[in-house]
Amino acid sequence: MITRTSKALRTPGGLSIRYQPRATGAVLLLVAATVAAGIVLIGSGDYPISPAEVVATLMGDGTMAQEFVVQDLRLPRVLVAVLVGACLALGGAVFQSISRNPLGSPDVIGFGQGSAVGALAVIVLFHGSQAAVAGGAVVGGLVTGVGIYLLAWKRGVHGFRLVLVGIGVAAMLTAATHYMITKADLVDATRAVLWMTGTLDGRDWVQFWPLLAMCAVLIPLVLAFGRPLRMLEMGDDSAYALGVRVERVRVTLMCAAVLLVSAATAAAGPIVFVSLSAPQLARRLTRAPGPNLAASACMGAALLLAADWTATNAFGDRELPVGVVTSVVGGVYLLWLLVTERRAGRI
Amino acid sequence: MLVDSPSKRSADAADSATRPRGRHSARAAGLVVSLGVLLLICVASIVVGAKPVPLADVWHGLFHYSGTGNDVLIQDLRVPRTLLGLLVGIALGLSGAVMQALTRNPLAEPGLMGVNAGASAAVVTAISFLGVTSLSGYVWFALLGAAVVSVVVYVLGGSRAATPVRLALAGTAATAALYGYVNAVQLLDAVALDRLRFWIVGSLSHADMTTIRSVAPFLAVGVVLALLIARPLNAMEMGDDTARALGANLNRTRLLGMVAVTLLCGAATAACGPIVFVGLMVPYLVRALTGPDLRWILPYSAGLSPVLLLGSDVLGRLLVRPSELQVGIVTAFIGGPVFIHLVRRKRMAQL
Repeated sequence: MITRTSKALRTPGGLSIRYQPRATGAVLLLVAATVAAGIVLIGSGDYPISPAEVVATLMGDGTMAQEFVVQDLRLPRVLVAVLVGACLALGGAVFQSISRNPLGSPDVIGFGQGSAVGALAVIVLFHGSQAAVAGGAVVGGLVTGVGIYLLAWKRGVHGFRLVLVGIGVAAMLTAATHYMITKADLVDATRAVLWMTGTLDGRDWVQFWPLLAMCAVLIPLVLAFGRPLRMLEMGDDSAYALGVRVERVRVTLMCAAVLLVSAATAAAGPIVFVSLSAPQLARRLTRAPGPNLAASACMGAALLLAADWTATNAFGDRELPVGVVTSVVGGVYLLWLLVTERRAGRI
Repeated sequence: MLVDSPSKRSADAADSATRPRGRHSARAAGLVVSLGVLLLICVASIVVGAKPVPLADVWHGLFHYSGTGNDVLIQDLRVPRTLLGLLVGIALGLSGAVMQALTRNPLAEPGLMGVNAGASAAVVTAISFLGVTSLSGYVWFALLGAAVVSVVVYVLGGSRAATPVRLALAGTAATAALYGYVNAVQLLDAVALDRLRFWIVGSLSHADMTTIRSVAPFLAVGVVLALLIARPLNAMEMGDDTARALGANLNRTRLLGMVAVTLLCGAATAACGPIVFVGLMVPYLVRALTGPDLRWILPYSAGLSPVLLLGSDVLGRLLVRPSELQVGIVTAFIGGPVFIHLVRRKRMAQL
């Protein structure tokens, strides 16, 4: 399998790098798709701009009005969407790989709910600003991550126990969220439900820079751990025999993934199903074994842009939050996934 | 060792010959005790609340109603609330026990399997798009949603080949998708949000006799069905082939079981919102008391689930007086740790 799909590039000096033509092609294709979707998304709205004009404006040759609309309103929103999609998908890829289960993604096993509880506590109990809400989401997600890890710990953490403990914790956290929504007045409750659905409305550079900083640290870290993660998929014992420090790799990757997901959640709310579906779609596109981290991240960015375009344009005058689209599309995809994976005996 | 074994075996045989009678009476006594506990909890549920009512006034309100403030409080608020808790408790406990037997899975539970979420999504649709406002109207939608989702999750989870993990994942995934839809509807419709946010936590506080009258027939049919299939379910616990050899009609039992679960969960969810973990905890604890015989597990679950539900409700009223915690929140926080303990402790398939 590997000999057929991977090739090696050798230099005369003795350096060599192994790569997979199909996976590399898929990543390039997804990057191109993301850029194209981004340009279309920047161009669409109440003040339409053609793709050529968008490119010209980005290069600095636009009119004043175009400059304002692109630079101040739509570009930051699109960039936030790209980063959020990439973070969610990467976090999902890591968790699915660690739990060795396509459904072991952060939105199913409780981190999303943890972030929601943190953010809602800030909205409902302290009436906090948007920055404080984001902080609450990060803290909530991290505490939940640590809690689930400790509860699932029993001479090491195993995939299925992690997932099931996560489901139990998620049920408790959901109860806490519902309780806080009943305690709020209707304005706060609407704000809370909007936040919980996940939206990109009104995102600007204030959300972009912290997210970019997190990504700049965490994405290279996760990508660097791609090889040991792939060995972990063969089972703890095999990985151990191959020289992977199993628990240390797992803790590092889980921390990074939880941080990625929390950062994305802080910026745009818990947008569901991107973490679940992006890695699965990427895997089908690359047909490569292993966690497919880079392809997953690009797929997440492209998916979220497409979902955002659908949410803002497909329902006439009414703009829906992007989370509605991802949850409905993701739900249908999930049904299909459950059926096919079961037929193949993989779940 | 070889010399010892015959005498040991005969001792075992003698023991098992005398044990059934002793066990039967012990189990029957246990059932009586649990009914006694249930009665106590019911009394506590009537007495305890934001306004403390002396026992003499409770007696007066129940049996010599004369329209004083406390009488009205007892008759119109506390008694319906307790009755509803009793009915919903029975429904959730029985449906949990039947689901666990049907799927042969200790983690099967209406809340985790997405049945409650299905009912919620259907009720949301009824309230927001079809303008249904009365409970007797949307109880049908709740039943429909519960039925559809329980079948879908059961099939997706792998029906007879289902493992605990697969079923739990299928249920959680369905729940996540359905709550996404529920959230979306709430966002588009502030009026629906204002109604729903109180319904969706799972609360007994809006109970009145109309609610009870409109869900009671469904619950009654569900309870009878669940109790009737105890024997074939017993056979099915030994595996499909053995059950067929013992003369159980597998398809009929599965169908009746699903109908019972749907009626019980759908009606309970319509009446007081989704309540999780009651159907998980009680049958699990009961199984430890009675052993694996469903003819005992089902009545015990029916007796002890309302104890848990009403107990949680009373606790919710006591914890944050004079306000109250909704019962669904209390059961989630009691049940979550039990679930996690179950996951950690049990050597389940694939764990």
